[in-house]
Amino acid sequence: MVEKRDYTTVEHEKPYRYDEDGLHVTRGCGWSAPGCHLGCGVLLYTDTHGKLVKVEGDPENPFNQGRLCVRCLDLPEVVYSPDRILHPMKRDPENRGKNRWEQVGWDEALDEIAQIMLDAKEEYGPESVAFYSGTGRDIGQYITRLCWGFNSPNFVFMMSGQSCYSPRVAGCFSTSGSFWVGDYAQQFPDRYDNPQWQQPELIVIWGNNPVVSNSDGLYGHWVVDCMKRGTAAIVVDPRLTWLASRAELFLQIRPGTDGALALGMVNYLVENDLYDHEFVDLWCYGFDELAKRAQDYPLDEVAEITEIPVEEIAAAARRIGEAERAILQWGVAIDQIKETIPTAQAVLALFEITGNIGKPGTMQQPASILNYAAGWGSEFLTPEQEAKRIGQEEHPLIKMGFQECVTDDYIRCLETGKPYPIKVAWMQTTNPLTCTGVDAKRTLAAHLNIDTIVCVDLFMTPTAMALADYFLPACTYAERNGLRIGDGAQRAETINKAIEPLGESKSDMQIALEIGKRISPEAWPWETVEDMYSDILEETGHSFEEMQELAPGYPPFDYRMHEKGLLRTDGNPGFQTATGRIELWCTMYNSLGLDPLPSYEEPVPSPRSTPELFEEYPLVLTTGARVWSMFHSEHRQIPRLRALHPEPLVYVNPVTAARHGVKDGDWVWLENQHGRCKRQVRETPIVNEHTINTDHAWWRPEAPCELDDGLYDLWDLTVENLLPYDCGASGFGANYKNTICKLYPAGEGA
Amino acid sequence: MGAKGLLVDYEWCSGCHTCEVACQLEHGYPSDQWGIKVHEVGPWEYAPKTWQYSYLPAPTDQCDLCADRIAKGHEPTCVKHCQAQVLKYGDLESLAKELACKPKQTLFCCDASA
Repeated sequence: MVEKRDYTTVEHEKPYRYDEDGLHVTRGCGWSAPGCHLGCGVLLYTDTHGKLVKVEGDPENPFNQGRLCVRCLDLPEVVYSPDRILHPMKRDPENRGKNRWEQVGWDEALDEIAQIMLDAKEEYGPESVAFYSGTGRDIGQYITRLCWGFNSPNFVFMMSGQSCYSPRVAGCFSTSGSFWVGDYAQQFPDRYDNPQWQQPELIVIWGNNPVVSNSDGLYGHWVVDCMKRGTAAIVVDPRLTWLASRAELFLQIRPGTDGALALGMVNYLVENDLYDHEFVDLWCYGFDELAKRAQDYPLDEVAEITEIPVEEIAAAARRIGEAERAILQWGVAIDQIKETIPTAQAVLALFEITGNIGKPGTMQQPASILNYAAGWGSEFLTPEQEAKRIGQEEHPLIKMGFQECVTDDYIRCLETGKPYPIKVAWMQTTNPLTCTGVDAKRTLAAHLNIDTIVCVDLFMTPTAMALADYFLPACTYAERNGLRIGDGAQRAETINKAIEPLGESKSDMQIALEIGKRISPEAWPWETVEDMYSDILEETGHSFEEMQELAPGYPPFDYRMHEKGLLRTDGNPGFQTATGRIELWCTMYNSLGLDPLPSYEEPVPSPRSTPELFEEYPLVLTTGARVWSMFHSEHRQIPRLRALHPEPLVYVNPVTAARHGVKDGDWVWLENQHGRCKRQVRETPIVNEHTINTDHAWWRPEAPCELDDGLYDLWDLTVENLLPYDCGASGFGANYKNTICKLYPAGEGA
Repeated sequence: MGAKGLLVDYEWCSGCHTCEVACQLEHGYPSDQWGIKVHEVGPWEYAPKTWQYSYLPAPTDQCDLCADRIAKGHEPTCVKHCQAQVLKYGDLESLAKELACKPKQTLFCCDASA
């Protein structure tokens, strides 16, 4: 039995299903597919024929308060897209890359896949079957359960260095025993009116553009809500974002130098006695060592490295030191640095030594229902099997309770069959050839060594076209029940089915349950997905069906949890680390042979580390910034959303464009020592004269689909062509956002 | 009933296109026609470290202030869904008073005949 906790729920005027003006309304939560990192409250309107006709924001839901972005508003166009795959399909492995599919029944497909997996388990061990997920959404925990329920240790997220969220989570847990998110009152149903909450005085938006990217469970416009109410902002970004134009300070950083900036600021805070002595004395370990390390980063040197003037760094550091309540609003730019672990350590240290932990309006440990960082179903993975996780030998930090393989070791495993062969891959909600992975040609070649590949998705993707032997059709969130439990502060939120699944499509969770029952029935005891959700919700004291009416439910929350003994499993005050304190000098890193203190390493290649190469490739290239209407590689086939961003762009300063003889709208190649990709120029002063920024995850669903015909223009368009597999010393992090390239016109007819 | 309008706080419009798409879907407009359109003004640097960079959503001739929704007691869809909450619908007279209370706002008189 799980211990029950007191959840606070929201008052609703109506039941979760009601009628309005001749339409049926289903209240619920909107979460993947199609995907993002949030799960806003939505009202799904259906007509008498059971057709989804409209989506609106739910004003009763405290999360988004009736607001909604273009992607959920336009959900009906996704649901009824003629491009959706509506039947299970299989293809002779001889025909990988060719559009030669045959329709099969669900039972036939699942029985065959299960048999192949069980045969591989018998002959090569469960570790020979790998389970892949894309970026974290509500499907993540079901895929970890499939993986660990099968006793395979190989849960795979194909970014080099798992460079999204996981590195910061790993870094935070290693040094402080918790993850930390900004306090925007998201844990209270009455939000900004809650008397316990205090407005942050300062939000430091570091390496993300939250109004577009909405990462870590943050509804990005909460930042705007706070700024309207008087909160000041500092923005650290290579791009002048719209938020940066409204910030008190904008630090236009050279991509990848965040660690140097943070250490320079730590040094300034210590030298000028601007840190929180009481918090450091009571709750931090290793301050003197950190202070000594930071002396290696004097401001004049840091200014040279980061290309931010000394006085701006000093002003930003002083502002953080003097603020009563400051939030670190960080993002994947920190994960997408090769030495992400020491970088995250340095950036977080700034907010730790200034006491911005656990107080209202600062950093909080997000409320949690499932332990998201550790996945779901880990009890099924035996220690002997866990020891076989790819990457543990080379990168022991991942032994410390983290769930993914080290991707860079995994790709070598696919290529060499060592230490053992991978025979089967289950890929659900992921498109590694154009989105998560790097070096698309290498990714493709390595995966061709796998005997059987299953893709579960809504649409045909370049990855599935090139590699899949089975394609299983998933449905959208309008067509299914589910739970919104995920990144950031968790709440008991239900996704409520409004229409029947189209064709033979099924929910990702239904598919997981059905294959799970076949390959590891002990891990999948439930008759229905709703029974499974009720088990997950057990601590709320409500079944899934009850929660459909009551949601969202908010778990108990406390400020200053470290003072109250709420962070440690032994109930003592302090943090869940070996020393019981926030470890500025990290005992875990030290015991694993990693540097216990934060440091900065110059990215390779870069203007400073590879000056000769930089002569040939004289622009710094950053990538991965989000756009309003498309989530990573999704939505390219949705006309109304594509119309808002029809082509892959490269953002170029007008001076740089003139220097290269190109202008707005021209097609160009971006090229470096690894490869090239084609882009349309958008002239803009938001980047400086030696930095360019480009879209990621591009492909064209309308282009010829077969591998030999360009695979949806993938080979021309993916920026992965310019990025290698190369993770940090810890096994986490890779330089996605900081490489170098040259730019030249693509010529007519591009 | 007095004349109705839309009050826009363009200091905080983030340019997210929600109003445009919500309107298109509400009225069945194609993706190249708008009942409200977001105009980008900037970015340019007019003094050191000082940027003009704003968005201004402006109703078009195809804006009917969501007459059908208003009749059913709802807000216009652009107002309801605006992510930065910078749009307000109401009587011109009271909106004009709010207009005077804060800089960087503008008021559209969309329905003078009402």
